[in-house]
Amino acid sequence: MSATPPAGSASLKLARSNRQSDSRKRADRVGDLSLRLICMAAALLAAIVLVLIAKEVVEGAHPSIARYGLSFITNHEWAPPLEKFGGEGLILGTLITSAMALLIGAPVAISIGIFLALLAPVSVRNVISPLVEMLAAIPSVILGFWGLLILGPVLVSTVEPFLHDTLGFIPLFGAPQTTGASIFNAGLILTIMVIPIIASVSRDLFMAVPPELQDGAAALGSTRWEVIRGVVLPSTLSGMMAACLLGLGRALGEAIAVAQVVGGGTESHLSLFRNGGTIASLIALQFPSAVSALHTSSLYYLAAILLVIGVTSNLLASWVGYRFGSAGGAMR
Amino acid sequence: MSTIDDHTIDPSVGNGTAPAPGRVRIRTEPLPGVIGSPAATESAAESHVHVAPDAVFEAERVGIFYGSKQALIDVDMRIRRGQVTALIGPSGCGKTTFLRSLNRMNDSVPSFRIEGQIRYHGHDIYGSNVDTVEVRRRIGMVFQKPNPFPKSIFDNIAWAPRNLGMRQGLQERVEKALRGAALWDEVKDRLKDSALGLSGGQQQRLCIARAIAIEPDVLLLDEPASALDPIATGAIEDLIHSLKGRFTIVIVTHNMQQAARVADRTAFFSLETRGEKPIGTLIEFDDTEKIFGAPRDPRTRDYVTGRFG
Amino acid sequence: MSLPRRRDVAPEFDPTQPLVGTGNLRRRHGVSRVVQGIAVAAAIAAVAVLAIVVGGVVAHGAKAINWDFVTKPAPQGVAPNLVGTAVIVGVATLMAAPVGILIALFLSEYAGRRSTRPVQLVMDVMNGLPSIIVAVFVYALLIEGVGGKQAGWKASLALSIIMVPLIARGTQEVLRLVPGHQREAAAALGVARWRGVLTIILPAALPGIITATLLSVARAAGETAPVLLLSSFASGDAFQLNPLEEVPNVPVRIFQLSEEANPEGFTEAWGLSLILIAIILTLGLGSRALLNRSKRKMTR
Repeated sequence: MSATPPAGSASLKLARSNRQSDSRKRADRVGDLSLRLICMAAALLAAIVLVLIAKEVVEGAHPSIARYGLSFITNHEWAPPLEKFGGEGLILGTLITSAMALLIGAPVAISIGIFLALLAPVSVRNVISPLVEMLAAIPSVILGFWGLLILGPVLVSTVEPFLHDTLGFIPLFGAPQTTGASIFNAGLILTIMVIPIIASVSRDLFMAVPPELQDGAAALGSTRWEVIRGVVLPSTLSGMMAACLLGLGRALGEAIAVAQVVGGGTESHLSLFRNGGTIASLIALQFPSAVSALHTSSLYYLAAILLVIGVTSNLLASWVGYRFGSAGGAMR
Repeated sequence: MSTIDDHTIDPSVGNGTAPAPGRVRIRTEPLPGVIGSPAATESAAESHVHVAPDAVFEAERVGIFYGSKQALIDVDMRIRRGQVTALIGPSGCGKTTFLRSLNRMNDSVPSFRIEGQIRYHGHDIYGSNVDTVEVRRRIGMVFQKPNPFPKSIFDNIAWAPRNLGMRQGLQERVEKALRGAALWDEVKDRLKDSALGLSGGQQQRLCIARAIAIEPDVLLLDEPASALDPIATGAIEDLIHSLKGRFTIVIVTHNMQQAARVADRTAFFSLETRGEKPIGTLIEFDDTEKIFGAPRDPRTRDYVTGRFG
Repeated sequence: MSLPRRRDVAPEFDPTQPLVGTGNLRRRHGVSRVVQGIAVAAAIAAVAVLAIVVGGVVAHGAKAINWDFVTKPAPQGVAPNLVGTAVIVGVATLMAAPVGILIALFLSEYAGRRSTRPVQLVMDVMNGLPSIIVAVFVYALLIEGVGGKQAGWKASLALSIIMVPLIARGTQEVLRLVPGHQREAAAALGVARWRGVLTIILPAALPGIITATLLSVARAAGETAPVLLLSSFASGDAFQLNPLEEVPNVPVRIFQLSEEANPEGFTEAWGLSLILIAIILTLGLGSRALLNRSKRKMTR
């Protein structure tokens, strides 16, 4: 700590610096311990918050759980004025919109990932990648507003009648309504939200596939697609699964945009073109102005269901990523 | 040996396999001490010529650039059918670059540029109508570091044949490839196991089996044993001997003794400073015994006797 | 020496033929080209959707933007909402940034193998929480239970729960990039661990931490659900800078206008959307560019 002191005052200086270093060392130890404790406290705080969330939601749901039990999931009537609360319609709506978002969004997003990682020259990738990520940055309330005013009318005038005319024999494609607010609209909005998430992760996964592996496949006289299909896709399967689970989590939890375009219905039905509701959107719409204690508690019940589904899909995504390596790095 | 414009008599071919009728052009052997040959006049526009039937590759004044940096200059060589040709030389002298140019694997490097011509059975490999996938189907490659696919042993070998439509007799094809790579006995009971569970030497033999399963015309080996231990290396060298004749083999190796053991002909590359920068150059190309026993060029002699490199 | 004969070649394969596709290659090339076309089309579709959405916002929102709109309160303008969002997000950042940074420090400097996984898991779960659930939680905690009223800071609390995992993750990434030799140098000088962390490592990672924070600010500015439940009654006709009161803000205003189905309100909503998108995209792009630059500096 100090340079060699001049000969005469050596012992004096040494004694003084020893005293200083003693108090310094004590301060250091206190400082080290304090910082470590503060950091641990922060981590602990986060964990406590999570536990609290679960506790509050379940507590709030308790009256409704006591009243309905598991039949809540299969009751299809949700009528606050009549004090009747059944979640089937909302659960169905949640499942249909999320399934739609994944079924359409995942293949599109993976294709985008293939394009960005394996087909596009670097200059193109550096432009298109941020643009795709920008799609994820659009706030949901704006996307929902756009979906209501711009997408809705287009759907009602062109896409929905077309699908109904050609595929109307399937109950999924029932008669369209006039407003443009529908499960279908909500599903499309969710698709737009889910695509950039899956696309970014897929792109990172594909770029991480060792070039030697792709060279080896190419050297056997394979076309570009054969290399992708034979080597790149198989070695990233688990990562893509995790990415899709992440996308699913996003779709399940989206409340605001869906609330704006889904029409606020609560009926249990299978038609894409009628209005409906999801768990998250219903909570957003009815929570601020719930009419009774049971109403509020039933909304908590729905929130608890959403919490369980959402956290499960999130945990699955983490587990898949952890278990199979590369995806974890890509997602962080 | 004589060089005649319209007819070929090449002693090393021997008993009068008559050349195809019609116009025939000859590559002359490199004259003592002179690199390359006075090119037989050949219009550059011609991308196909009838050649001596034993020539698989002909490189004519080949120069290779990465952007503005030149990696190889003025390579002229003829690689003969059914033989093992080794490319030796110190690191960075461009031998791997040259090898990878033979099956257009350098295409994936964005700044890659080639001058001169490389002809394969008379066809310019870099011609405008050339299908790179077809090039690689005929000219296979095994890489320095084993790169098995994350699939089963069987699927590793069967993957390319399936793509090519060779679905009949797949089992036999896989077995024949594994036997050809001297791997069959070791894996025949575990074909469904993942290839990643094999040792390094086994993985490399698997890669060789994978390459020969589609029965290419040529095998390019890029330092195939450099990542392996001596015993595995020996196995690879025996393998090369057994494959000779079925395939034309070009092997890059930094191990001179290996070249001396397996190759019929050897090309020595080195870095020569031309102007400011050192550029890879073909110094000498001859029968292996001559390269190692009585090299003509002093630079070759210095290298093979270990004085540098 | 006679020419070796090719005994083992499949009969249809003649290597001396021109180097164009033999056998099924034409079909395989066709398939490959179709797939590549699909991939390109998907990318174009994504960019097109972005253009349509942003373009729609710009086209409809530009009409509403003028000096009054941005600086005056209702009914001429939305300035209180803009200011209100700034207040709410600002308070949220003050709450979230220290916690997020400390958690990142914990994971990068202090966590052993046994504690890393659980804490990382907590962060992952927190990251994936639907914002409506976070909103309901804070409502239950601070309003329902205690008979409280809506307030800006309560919305900030909910936003901070959303922001903490984002800040923590970004900070973790930058801390990882701090070169090992800087930590070693600090230790070799006999400097205490805590001093090294606070005076050497954190400052080195500061640009990255700032950008991670900015990115989470961009995210929080657009979050509607928490604010909807916790600070939505304030009308925009007066400025409110006190977070203890209800504070007007942008995303809730857009939401309310969109639910009202009153076409005159739509123009105001478009205008607000345009401003919000402009702020968020600027924050997002700018901070990402800063992050890349600081990453490059550190790995040099």
